[in-house]
Amino acid sequence: MLEIQNLAMRFGGLLAVDGVSLDVQEREIHSIIGPNGAGKTTVFNCMSGFYKPSGGKIIFQGKEIQGKPDYKISRMGMVRTFQHVRLFTQMSVVENLLVAQHRHLNTNLLAGLVKTPNYRERERKSLDRAAYWLERIGMLDQANVDAGNLSYGQQRRLEIARCMVTKPQLLMLDEPAAGLNPAETLELNQLIVSLKEDYSVSVVLIEHDMNLVMDISDRITVINQGRPLASGTPQEVRANKDVIKAYLGEA
Amino acid sequence: MQDLLYFSQQLINGLTIGSAYALIAIGYTMVYGIIGMINFAHGEIYMIGAYTALIAITGLTALGIAWLPLVLVVALVCAILVSSSMGWAVERVAYRPVRGRHRLIPLISAIGMSIFLQNYMHLAQGSRNVGFPILIEGGFNFGSDGAFQMSLSYMQITIFVTTLICMTVLSTFISRSRTGRACRAVSQDLGMANLLGIDTNRIISATFIIGAALAAVAGLLLGMYYGSVDPLFGFIAGLKAFTAAVLGGIGSIPGAMLGGLILGIAESMTSGYLSGEYKDVISFSLLILILLFKPTGLLGKPEVEKI
Repeated sequence: MLEIQNLAMRFGGLLAVDGVSLDVQEREIHSIIGPNGAGKTTVFNCMSGFYKPSGGKIIFQGKEIQGKPDYKISRMGMVRTFQHVRLFTQMSVVENLLVAQHRHLNTNLLAGLVKTPNYRERERKSLDRAAYWLERIGMLDQANVDAGNLSYGQQRRLEIARCMVTKPQLLMLDEPAAGLNPAETLELNQLIVSLKEDYSVSVVLIEHDMNLVMDISDRITVINQGRPLASGTPQEVRANKDVIKAYLGEA
Repeated sequence: MQDLLYFSQQLINGLTIGSAYALIAIGYTMVYGIIGMINFAHGEIYMIGAYTALIAITGLTALGIAWLPLVLVVALVCAILVSSSMGWAVERVAYRPVRGRHRLIPLISAIGMSIFLQNYMHLAQGSRNVGFPILIEGGFNFGSDGAFQMSLSYMQITIFVTTLICMTVLSTFISRSRTGRACRAVSQDLGMANLLGIDTNRIISATFIIGAALAAVAGLLLGMYYGSVDPLFGFIAGLKAFTAAVLGGIGSIPGAMLGGLILGIAESMTSGYLSGEYKDVISFSLLILILLFKPTGLLGKPEVEKI
């Protein structure tokens, strides 16, 4: 469903990403790993439209999307999270989920003022959907808490739920386990797998936590210094000599 | 007793003028809250509202319609429609093309817009001040004859009640409605709101329209209160309302309401106990003091530096 061909990104004289290719199938968890500064987030930023790539193609569901603005890409069904949590911290948990469905309940202001049956119906549906996802991530009893007062692990899960209410086909998670304790990481792990299993979403994952990556990925692409190093199943990648060298240094 | 009556009189005057400042201040604070720019043409939008109301009233009188509620409602609706369209148009023409550039660029564009609108009014309506018919007369008087009498006019009550209604409607709209929710999301993180599929351009337009509509209401009310308008009508009022917004904490809607009231009361107390000439000195000194000791304003939240 997503294919990246020979992606390149140049910042002035620095070639941050060079010749990275990737393809993500339907219902697949595809991880991008690599040492710090390898260019993982740069690849992400190109995919999600934050950067305009200097070269290469990104094809999502048969359409070339490289260079399109971020909001257009997200409206096509490719939604991302950030390394730093970016919730609306001064809004309640449920409002965070409602506001993400704004586009799906596109009624006009007048309908909202007189509260037509159609408006109420849509409003009720989006509330149901928010409640469903809150239950799914185990935060139904925190629905009215301000998002800024949640624990870090909860904020991470809420962020994923907020992506999911927009009904994406592909979810891009940038280091979702960063700063989580082992128990929270495990919960997150199960959540990501269930997104694939139960909701048929493809997931592209950047992660440093090797246990998480090896556990849940269907395929892994390794990047080193902006260049593709290896690609394959977790077993293949684990056994790859170049990968071991890049991570552990020359023996 | 005399002293108390005199004090109450100043308080009433202050609350009246302060609530009108608050109505205008909301336009400044909402726009700042969402796109972080000071819309210096906002005072002119208010002035245009006052002129439109005046034209509507004159027109109705010429047609022989004098039933007061109808005249007021028509004037109000006309003022709101014209000011809102102006607010929307100003954003489209002068701010949207330069949005996202260095902060000074939209600021200069706003000042330019303000000068343009002022001068347009000079040409269109003449530069002399025009009398505003006094439609709401009379009031209550308290106190004995021969001594100081405190008066509370129906006009003052109208201003206060109308402001209260507008504020309540606005607060409900922001906290309850879907568009209000989107407004809050956009003001917290515009980029993220955009990514989540909110049409941020529409929300920004809505902010300008709401702010302009409230300014138009203030234009009609203060026009009737002062009894005249001129093309510079919006300049001082805009400056005061901006001060009120900063005083209360720019970006915060309750802050704008509070700031407006405090500024209004401070001014009327100065006029009442010191001298009318000192009122601007006092209100701007108040601003400087607040900025020195609480730079974010009374109800403003400090901007958290992201690491």
